[in-house]
Amino acid sequence: MKDKILPKMRRLLPVAPAFLLSGCTLDLLEPAGPIGLQQRNIILAEAGVMLCIVIPVIVLTLIYAVKYNAKNKDAEYLPNWSHSTKIEVFIWGIPAIIILILGGISAWSSFALDPYRPLTTDTAGATHAPINVEVVSLDWKWLFIYPDQGIATVNELEFPVGAPINFRITSDAVMTSFFIPRLGSQIYAMAGMQTQLHLMATQPGIFHGEAAQYTGRGFSDMKFLTHAVSDDEFNAWVDKVKASSDTLDAESYKNVSAPQEAAPVQYFAHVQPGLFDDIVAKYNNGVVIDKSTGQTLHVQNAMSDMQMKE
Amino acid sequence: MLGKLTFSAIPLDVPILVGTFIGVAVVGAAVLGLVTYYGKWGYLWREWLTSVDHKRLGVMYIILALVMLFRGFADAVMMRTQLALAYNGNPGYLPPHHYDQVFSAHGTIMIFFMAMAFMTGLFNIVVPLQIGARDVAFPFLNSLSFWMTTISAVLINVSLFIGEFAQCGWLAYPPISELKFSPGVGIDYYIWAVQLSGVGTLLTGVNFFTTIIKMRAPGMDLMHMPIFTWTALCASVLIMAAFPVLTVTLGCLSMDRYFGMHFFTNEAGGSVMLYLNMIWCWGHPEVYILVLPAFGVFSEVTSTFSGKPLFGYATMVYATLSITVLSFIVWVHHFFTMGAGPNVNAFFGIMTMIIAVPTGVKIFNWLFTMYKGRIEFHSTMYWTIGFMITFSIGGMTGVMMAMPAADWVLHNSLFLIAHFHNVIIGGVYFGYVAGMNFWFPKVFGFKLNEAWGKRAFYCWFVGFYLAFVPLYIAGFEGMTRRLNHYDNPDWHVQMLIAEVGVLTIACGVVCQLVQIYVSIRDRNLPQNIDYTGDPWNGRTLEWSISSPPPAYNFAVLPDIHGIDSFHTEKEMGRGTHKPLTDIHMPRNTAAGFFVGAFSFVLGFAAVWHIWWMAALGLIGVLLTVILRSNDNDIDYYVPVSEVTRDVEAQSRKLMAQAAE
Repeated sequence: MKDKILPKMRRLLPVAPAFLLSGCTLDLLEPAGPIGLQQRNIILAEAGVMLCIVIPVIVLTLIYAVKYNAKNKDAEYLPNWSHSTKIEVFIWGIPAIIILILGGISAWSSFALDPYRPLTTDTAGATHAPINVEVVSLDWKWLFIYPDQGIATVNELEFPVGAPINFRITSDAVMTSFFIPRLGSQIYAMAGMQTQLHLMATQPGIFHGEAAQYTGRGFSDMKFLTHAVSDDEFNAWVDKVKASSDTLDAESYKNVSAPQEAAPVQYFAHVQPGLFDDIVAKYNNGVVIDKSTGQTLHVQNAMSDMQMKE
Repeated sequence: MLGKLTFSAIPLDVPILVGTFIGVAVVGAAVLGLVTYYGKWGYLWREWLTSVDHKRLGVMYIILALVMLFRGFADAVMMRTQLALAYNGNPGYLPPHHYDQVFSAHGTIMIFFMAMAFMTGLFNIVVPLQIGARDVAFPFLNSLSFWMTTISAVLINVSLFIGEFAQCGWLAYPPISELKFSPGVGIDYYIWAVQLSGVGTLLTGVNFFTTIIKMRAPGMDLMHMPIFTWTALCASVLIMAAFPVLTVTLGCLSMDRYFGMHFFTNEAGGSVMLYLNMIWCWGHPEVYILVLPAFGVFSEVTSTFSGKPLFGYATMVYATLSITVLSFIVWVHHFFTMGAGPNVNAFFGIMTMIIAVPTGVKIFNWLFTMYKGRIEFHSTMYWTIGFMITFSIGGMTGVMMAMPAADWVLHNSLFLIAHFHNVIIGGVYFGYVAGMNFWFPKVFGFKLNEAWGKRAFYCWFVGFYLAFVPLYIAGFEGMTRRLNHYDNPDWHVQMLIAEVGVLTIACGVVCQLVQIYVSIRDRNLPQNIDYTGDPWNGRTLEWSISSPPPAYNFAVLPDIHGIDSFHTEKEMGRGTHKPLTDIHMPRNTAAGFFVGAFSFVLGFAAVWHIWWMAALGLIGVLLTVILRSNDNDIDYYVPVSEVTRDVEAQSRKLMAQAAE
């Protein structure tokens, strides 16, 4: 029975991916920035190196299964054979070599693609000065603060193509993960902490962004769109946000940070300076560490009235 | 009086749950009715529920595992169906509140109550027989372990009908599992069910470690032990080292929730990442606790049905041992995204990859065991070959994610979900099912039906690829886990194919049920019944005794001189000529059952803050333990006359079958 069915299934195998992939966008394999591009190359390289051993193993398994089938009396049968130093050296050696190669890539890429490592204007494809964005994950939406422009948005991110983006990320609710698949790395957003992420888009487009760590009932709609646009379009967008009638300060932040499912995009023409630090500091007795200088800052907390409830 | 428990905790407004409740009630009433009708309560109580016989406990563990498989799998079908529907504005049929409970319960039940119970069941059935022991080291603790696991499984299922279950995933990451974000009782059900079953698992680890170290038959060195026993030993060591970590982690979480402490809260110096580190310090070894015994099963099966000793026995042992050690230094790979420095990431990434070396070696060992063998294509061999193919792919995707730079885009995606189902279904589950098919005739004296066994395999194998290859692809499309609805048309295609996959697997589950039914129906057919105790031409000690074995397993303890001792004995001429003697055996006891029952009361009451009832449960546990400690009538001797009678009866059966 096996002899009949396995070959049939093997014939179908190459067809399956073609069927599954027709017309799909594989975000991770079509990156729009240098980080994602390197990650794609690493994934493909890893798969390639390992397939060198995985495919022969699978093929050998099937060949041996057919060849040494008990029905095949012609095949050699060694009922007591159970050791061969040559083979044992081989079976420890081959995986070890592969892991040596992958381990090397792993060590190198952990440093080269470290999310904390800033992209500079020297980075290939960088045509624009870096842009700072402060990200706050809330229940169940994303707040993006542009400290240099003095504006903020909910659930919409926009920046020029070719601008290295420095993200500082925290959470003012549960822990989650900040992820724009087509640009590359994600990193956790945690209350009282600030993580960093450095990404860049080298081609224009609209990329979906998401919370990659489950956050509760509003999780599925905790999404945002990322627009990578030209310089002019970005400036026009900043002006559009500045034209909004809403502003963000400690008082209005209370409303913004209240739990809300499927939150619509919102613009804030003005943001109270230091709001991000205040959000981090309120979980740390008013202390926040300036990551660029490593200095401890004591924030005279404008949000002291919304300090820990416990 | 009843703490937080009110009538409104019963979810009468959820038709799915009401329907499930009616179904469970009808089946439950039917089972209880049948037991009563046939007057089997006494038998059930004396011979099974209070039994300390490792074989019977093993059977009960596996029945529990299969029931839990059914529950966990029903959850899986519900999730896949929700995601096949909930596209482009359609909310599907499960609102987040219900859906989030379903995926949390699916993971918790499949790991703690399906896989762990199945594994412990196999340990119980096989280990003492493989090492030539008459029971485990601590038979009463064994019964206690079983009841702790069972009542925890009941507790987690009670949450279906009274209150709610956790809505924060199977590992209950804080801060969402803290009181501030999850004020309901769901997490408390999770905490108490896992904690109570953890007691049982820890005792199992201690029990089997002691049994294997102290109770091997004369002459059986460590390097003579069958591979399954080796893997059971390593898994027991891992259980003893890892489960206390889980207990402490969940203990801290419950102190946060019950006493307002702040180990893992956002505020007051709590650290979320401390929880992640602690839980994965248990969680990663746990993966190997589950998969090592499956490797053991494949080793036994491949060697037996290839008619050859396992290739590279020593290599296999060293590979198993190195996995045991390495499994404790890889946990950070579950959260490379927390923002640790490149040194930390690189270290844990490389350590994780190194585990692939001994694992790869094992695959080669099985491959070269088949090489130049005479492979009998028993259904267990189907599962084994299916495993070797599937697990190679799962291992590959695992190493891909072990690379921190790749994990930063694959973390929490459906690629991850596909990966761990690839190793847990393709490795753990295939292994346990192969083990069940392999040792079933040892326990019951008749074989499982082959045709249905193979059908089950094909459905599971094909269904697996249909269900999880789309998830790999959806991972590349940026789809994250635990979504309740979405509007990306690319994802929808994958979700539809995955739905077909899960339904194919459902056919596999049905085939397995039919297999059990057909096998029991046809148990007396000559091709199914087995008097020899050695239906597969086995190589290890468990096949040297009758099926089912007598309560004392071995009339005389065998002398061992090497690996595969039973096989050598068959080649050289069998039989040992030691005189029969009285056999010292443990007496059955209801203490395990009562400790379990009172623990259930404790757990349930603590979930609902019914403090008087919790106190009652705790006092009940303590009283039972004290009474048991003062009970001196815990053993008996099987008289030599009875042993002789059993031995003669078995030889008569053997001669009768030989004459046919």
